[in-house]
Amino acid sequence: MENPIISIRNLNLYFEKQHVLKNINIEIPHNKVTVILGPSGCGKTTLLKTLNRLVDLHDHVKISGKIMLDDKDILVPNIDVTGIRKKMGLLSQKPSPLPMTIFNNVAYGLRINGLRGKRKLMPLVEKHLREANLWDEVKDRLRDPASRLSIGQQQRLCLARGLAVNPEIILADEPTSALDPISSTVIEQQFAELKKHYTIVMVTHVLRQARRIADHIVFMYLGEVIEQGPAREFFNNPKEQKTRDYLKGAFN
Amino acid sequence: MRKLLKTLEERFFFVLMAGSTAFLALLLLMIITIIVYKGLPSLTWEMVSQTPKGGYYFGREGGLLNAIIGSLYLASGAVALSLSISLPLALAMNVYFRNRKKLVNGIRFILDLLWGIPSIVYGAFGFTIMIYLGIRASLLAGIITVSIFILPIMVRAMDEVMKNVPLSLLESAFSLGSTRREVAFKVVTRQCFPGIITAVLLAFGRGIGDVAAVLFTTGYTDNIPTSLMDQTATLPLAVFFQLGSPIPEVQNRAYAAALILTVIILAISVATRLLSRKFHKTSIK
Amino acid sequence: MYNFVRKTKDTISEAWVKFVLMLIFLLPLVILASLLNKSWMVIQTSGIGDLLFSSVWRPMAGQFGFKPFIISSVYVTVLGLIITAPVCLLSAIYLTYYGSKRMTAFMQPIIDILAGIPSVIYGVWGVLIIVPFTGRFLAPLFGYESTGFSILSGGLVLAVMLIPFILNILIEIFRTVPHEQMEASLSLGASKWESIKHVAVRRSLPGIVSAFALGLSRAFGETIAVLMVVGNVVGIPRSPFDTGYPLPALIANNYGEMLSIPMFDSALMFAALVLLMVVVCFNLMSRYVIIFMEKRQ
Repeated sequence: MENPIISIRNLNLYFEKQHVLKNINIEIPHNKVTVILGPSGCGKTTLLKTLNRLVDLHDHVKISGKIMLDDKDILVPNIDVTGIRKKMGLLSQKPSPLPMTIFNNVAYGLRINGLRGKRKLMPLVEKHLREANLWDEVKDRLRDPASRLSIGQQQRLCLARGLAVNPEIILADEPTSALDPISSTVIEQQFAELKKHYTIVMVTHVLRQARRIADHIVFMYLGEVIEQGPAREFFNNPKEQKTRDYLKGAFN
Repeated sequence: MRKLLKTLEERFFFVLMAGSTAFLALLLLMIITIIVYKGLPSLTWEMVSQTPKGGYYFGREGGLLNAIIGSLYLASGAVALSLSISLPLALAMNVYFRNRKKLVNGIRFILDLLWGIPSIVYGAFGFTIMIYLGIRASLLAGIITVSIFILPIMVRAMDEVMKNVPLSLLESAFSLGSTRREVAFKVVTRQCFPGIITAVLLAFGRGIGDVAAVLFTTGYTDNIPTSLMDQTATLPLAVFFQLGSPIPEVQNRAYAAALILTVIILAISVATRLLSRKFHKTSIK
Repeated sequence: MYNFVRKTKDTISEAWVKFVLMLIFLLPLVILASLLNKSWMVIQTSGIGDLLFSSVWRPMAGQFGFKPFIISSVYVTVLGLIITAPVCLLSAIYLTYYGSKRMTAFMQPIIDILAGIPSVIYGVWGVLIIVPFTGRFLAPLFGYESTGFSILSGGLVLAVMLIPFILNILIEIFRTVPHEQMEASLSLGASKWESIKHVAVRRSLPGIVSAFALGLSRAFGETIAVLMVVGNVVGIPRSPFDTGYPLPALIANNYGEMLSIPMFDSALMFAALVLLMVVVCFNLMSRYVIIFMEKRQ
């Protein structure tokens, strides 16, 4: 692959004595939607959270291998973790807005980067809320606590909040699993729009969703990568037996 | 016949259980009634607006203002000092060192231990520290002692709330590139704000009501303290000392002091309750 | 510039957090060391055995036998626990298994307020109600002569103060009994009371024991309320209607004179050390029981 933005080499992860990720090798292409596909409990979410070192929040985790981002290994201990995390926005399964107003949720990331003053913040907040297709719904209630929004709106707020940090990559962990069908569609449409400027890595176990939006597929099963490649090839011409079983719905 | 015995046994214990529960409610009613009944007749405006005058301890003029103000100073000072330790500690357990289970369990163990130590031992400890540092009995010495005594109470209360902060909130805050300080002091502190206030009120109530920890350390004076190095009176000390007096007027003032103290404690309890109700309405679940 | 400020703030707060962490690990050691250091003098001159088991209490002559105080403390504490135990257990069962939602919602604030009342208020209440009650009613009833300032009054006041403390722990423990187990017992045809007796109580037994152990250690250190009703006369009490002089009361009553008599301060710090050790031991024990219980599940 030419210039992958992330390449993972020989990644192993143990949680306590459990071998969660087994010798993972993946390349993630630039400005595409890469979908990590697989049945529940196969290590997809762990993989995603290893990418921005959120696994650091847990005890008894042992990692070996390399994750290269812009030719730098992000798993070395002394690296600036906050810097890496800034490059990757995270959208989790259930939206978790920060305990503050709608405006401040988006402004939070701008502020920790040193931007101050409402006059400077406002246009950027508006821009990112528009990017997440939320602006029209909240422009009159920016001072409301974020917890008052509907779940679907909260998820788009989280998207806007992530975009405000100016990431290169968006990590999305089953971002539509808690949403109603309409909100899900809105998020999927936004992804198609956003991939012009961002690399998107999305975890899902919903085959149809993967078919709809993936450019590139990584198929995982029980902590191992079974197959990866361009989406068209993966769906039309799978090479591995396990992939064919999965696509037929043998284990879901 | 056996069945009848069984039913009788169940009835018997049911009555006993309901009775002992009702007894609890009666008990509280009884305690508050007697404190109000004894305290109210002596609780004049003079009591809450004046310091003791000459001959006060023989039943002449004066009031309890020194003890009221002293108590408020002492409890506020101790809570403020304790907060500067307990908040970072609770955040250390739930944000900074969240991934170090053993360390966090070690801290919880020590807190349990400290929490069990009686206040008289803290008083004795404060006294040895005082001698060691060469400070005399003073507001400052009292504040330090009480702040140590309420420390485990505060941290445990905050820890209880912070434990329940969903992991996903921490994750999203970290993914935005926040440092541990920002997650701790901007996100978690804000999310747990009502819980922190509850912890503060709880500790304030404990601090203002305790005698044994301040008996050695604050001294006692008829004046309102003007500096941290002054001695100070407190309400519970006022109750304790004046109740021991043989003069009925002075004893009555002990009851008045007890009533004021009870009212303060009840007010704190009501405030805590209202706050937690409000918290349940707006928290992010 | 901004990044510099942010870094500095991070560094400072990180350092403060680490300092606080160190402080909390040191605190128990410092408390122990300072009390031990202060009481070292009296331990060296009199020896631990004499201090704990001698009944001769003559501070002026440098003789410090703590036996009367220790006996008083144990007497008051055990009496308090015996009185409070059935009330706590019965109310806890009632509130967890019989009381309606509204009932629990009504009782919880009452328990919380009882827990929050300062001990000096319990003391005032004890002086006004319990002392006359023991002196004028209970003592004649059992054929004793008493002013009412007695071990029994101390025990009664302690019993009341322990209620909210123990009750809250017990309720917590009963709530951890899985519903399925109760339901299993009920569906075998056992009555509710039988299920409680054989499933809930039996299962929670270690927890109940440790709740009482915690209550015991809390009672052992309670100072002011007990001091106010127990009489404070040095001597080994022979009946519950005798006066007593528990350890915490001894410390609290003598803080004024302790620097004017040689070694007296050292002796009082020794008393505080004894209190500390007893309380910590009970604490560790109940903790061990709880861990043991969790492992068994």
